[in-house]
Amino acid sequence: MKYVDEYRDPILAKQLIVEINAAVTRPWSLMEVCGGQTHTIVRQGIDDLLPAGLRMVHGPGCPVCVTPLELIDKACAIAARPDVIFTSYGDMLRVPGSHTDLLSLKARGSDVRIVYSPMDALRMAIEAPDRQVVFFAVGFETTAPANAMAVIQAKELGLRNFSVLVSHVLVPPAMTALLEDPECGIDAFLAAGHVCTVMGWREYEPIAEKYHVPIVVTGFEPLDLLEGILMAVRQLEAGQATVENQYIRAVQRLGNAHAQEAISRVFAVTDRTWRGVGSIPRSGLTLAADYAQFDATTRFDVGGIETAEHPACIAGDILRGVKVPTDCTAYGTLCTPRLPLGAPMVSSEGTCAAFYNAGRGRQAVAASTARS
Amino acid sequence: MSLEAPPGTSAALVANACPVPRVESERVLLGHGSGGQLSAELLREVIVPALGKAARSGAMEDGAVIHVDSHDLVMSTDSFVVNPRFFAGGDIGCLAVHGTVNDLAMMGAMPIALTLALVIEEGFPIEELRTICESVGRAATAAGVPVVTGDTKVVGRGDADGIFINTAGLGSRLPAARPSATRATIGDVVLLSGPIGLHGTTVMSTRVGLGFESDIASDTQPLHRLVELMVAIAGDAIHVMRDPTRGGLASALNEIAQTSGVQICLDEDTIPVPPTVAAACEILGLDPLHVANEGCLVAIVAPEFAGDLIAAMQQTPEGREACAIGHVTDADATRVVMSTLVGSRRIVDMLIGEQLPRIC
Amino acid sequence: MCLGIPGRVTSIATADGLRMGIVDFGGVRKDVCLSYVPETEIGDYVVVHVGFAISHLDEVEALRTLEIIATMPGALAQELGPAADARFAI
Repeated sequence: MKYVDEYRDPILAKQLIVEINAAVTRPWSLMEVCGGQTHTIVRQGIDDLLPAGLRMVHGPGCPVCVTPLELIDKACAIAARPDVIFTSYGDMLRVPGSHTDLLSLKARGSDVRIVYSPMDALRMAIEAPDRQVVFFAVGFETTAPANAMAVIQAKELGLRNFSVLVSHVLVPPAMTALLEDPECGIDAFLAAGHVCTVMGWREYEPIAEKYHVPIVVTGFEPLDLLEGILMAVRQLEAGQATVENQYIRAVQRLGNAHAQEAISRVFAVTDRTWRGVGSIPRSGLTLAADYAQFDATTRFDVGGIETAEHPACIAGDILRGVKVPTDCTAYGTLCTPRLPLGAPMVSSEGTCAAFYNAGRGRQAVAASTARS
Repeated sequence: MSLEAPPGTSAALVANACPVPRVESERVLLGHGSGGQLSAELLREVIVPALGKAARSGAMEDGAVIHVDSHDLVMSTDSFVVNPRFFAGGDIGCLAVHGTVNDLAMMGAMPIALTLALVIEEGFPIEELRTICESVGRAATAAGVPVVTGDTKVVGRGDADGIFINTAGLGSRLPAARPSATRATIGDVVLLSGPIGLHGTTVMSTRVGLGFESDIASDTQPLHRLVELMVAIAGDAIHVMRDPTRGGLASALNEIAQTSGVQICLDEDTIPVPPTVAAACEILGLDPLHVANEGCLVAIVAPEFAGDLIAAMQQTPEGREACAIGHVTDADATRVVMSTLVGSRRIVDMLIGEQLPRIC
Repeated sequence: MCLGIPGRVTSIATADGLRMGIVDFGGVRKDVCLSYVPETEIGDYVVVHVGFAISHLDEVEALRTLEIIATMPGALAQELGPAADARFAI
């Protein structure tokens, strides 16, 4: 595939690894924010190729993982209704709520359907006027323009049987919250490339300055991640702390104005609870007043559902990059992708699942790998 | 909220575990039919234990070998519920023939006869039934195997999704062939007869909501002639053969690794994934290694025969793109590893449940 | 939610008031909403996420990235050797 395969070139990858090795003189901790980046790093074994002192910390970049338990419970409550067609992106189906999950509900007869795009959900609403179609609008800023368009069209078409359950989260406030945490040991960030495609990187400049951390807007292919890591390391070694753009083919400083306009038209910024992290002020999106009629929580009266996160779950520590999955006593035993206990094991982008599927800490690999 | 710890789990472990409750499933999920871990579980925990001692003996293979006098017969069965019923490159009819013929072939057996059982939903268009049956007929004729017996049932509207087809096959094992999932040996070479991912992505491309247009077509085809050729060259140096259907190449190789007690090492660079399959998988966030195939086989063979086999396979229409994709290494860990494009390594796991498109 | 895939715009039309296009991803074609990239023309490459083009892909910059990496002081790249390869810590 053009613009994909070239960024997987093994020779260029090795070149970058050599450069990174040459550049590093001290231990550093880098966090990649986006789950898609985690996926590539773990799937390609990139962090195994980095110098020993360079630690990649996997951030809360999986919108599935950070969706609060309460919202999963609301989704399940709505999906259980016989008049509802509940639509969602694939990953959300296995995330455990307090009592059940969407996939189990599907097994019991609820009409739960996977969609690739929110417009598919919209089409279902148009084609089934006697059913209520609800779309689980999860995601970062990357997905917000798409979800916004579905709502805009719904209003334009005067649809009365379409609504959205919104669980959007914003990256910069989360980054700030992480940096405010005294336990935070992150020296630099790889910002999420596609989030920045939409939003630009303006918002990161004050963060880089205030906390003196380099922030490199990075893509998703192996060469992108390696180049982003190299740029971050070079800044750290030089004592710099600015925002740089590695993903120059897709990101500009101001982002996509049309997409941003749609977001600010349809959504309003609100406080949002991140599963495992807690409430972060002004870190989420909710429907703006003009589009409030499409809010599924009010349409289906599930506003009353309140679930507290259990304090003992370490998913939060993992999402904040303070612990790794192998620190969790349940990892790989009680908690596996087959029977996940928490969200980071459910989503294929979640840190725990990424680790597990790449075989981290599961068996004595080192010895046999060296021999092979 | 309750947690069920596996036997032997210490109390301390349970106490520290994340108390988000596990979802205990008392119902069959779609994932139980996906050919991955859940399928294996259902067999192991529910189905096989109920069938008596004979069912429990021996490893799980693609078919059952039955000794009659000094002869080895092979029996296999498969059901076909694919939706959509018609897709580029084939349909449920020819799939039903090829699937069972291939299961027999993976045991080193040439097909002797097939059965055909139909469960049809009331209201199903007769024209469509005719088309499907004609496809069965054409595929059976082309494969050189007669459909000798069958059964037809009709159920009420809504009680079946259109049509479900079951075929069972009887085959005669080639004397030189002794493939078994237990026989993968350290040093063996892993061969693939052709590109992966075509069938699954073709079917997925016609599903509502995930649809896309492309030139890819299902690779469904009978492989028994290819197998006959391979056995003529390498006989019982062909240690394992498997057609990676549901669950994809990754699941098939994991089963073999576990059954034989070996580690299989793949080279990501050598695995033939057609560009359109790669693109479709990128878009949907799927792993080509988990996508179903219906017209290729993976063989694990003694290294001295690998070169000759590949050369001969490449002369056939079914094996034109045959290649080596890895080898069997030590037996310390039974799993599949793969060297990645950027020079690192990762573990390749079985598909767990239903293959869900990834958006993240 | 960051699965954004580059594809080439092969046709553009309007449907239900929305600017839509057929985008080719290495042989796979999908309907994509082009409302957020109004300046895109046939033949351009876009980054597509959940059925929406969110950005135009700059060919010049794309090549520049590869060039930068390829021309790094790479004398060491030739001797990849054991040091760079011995990092299997799974």
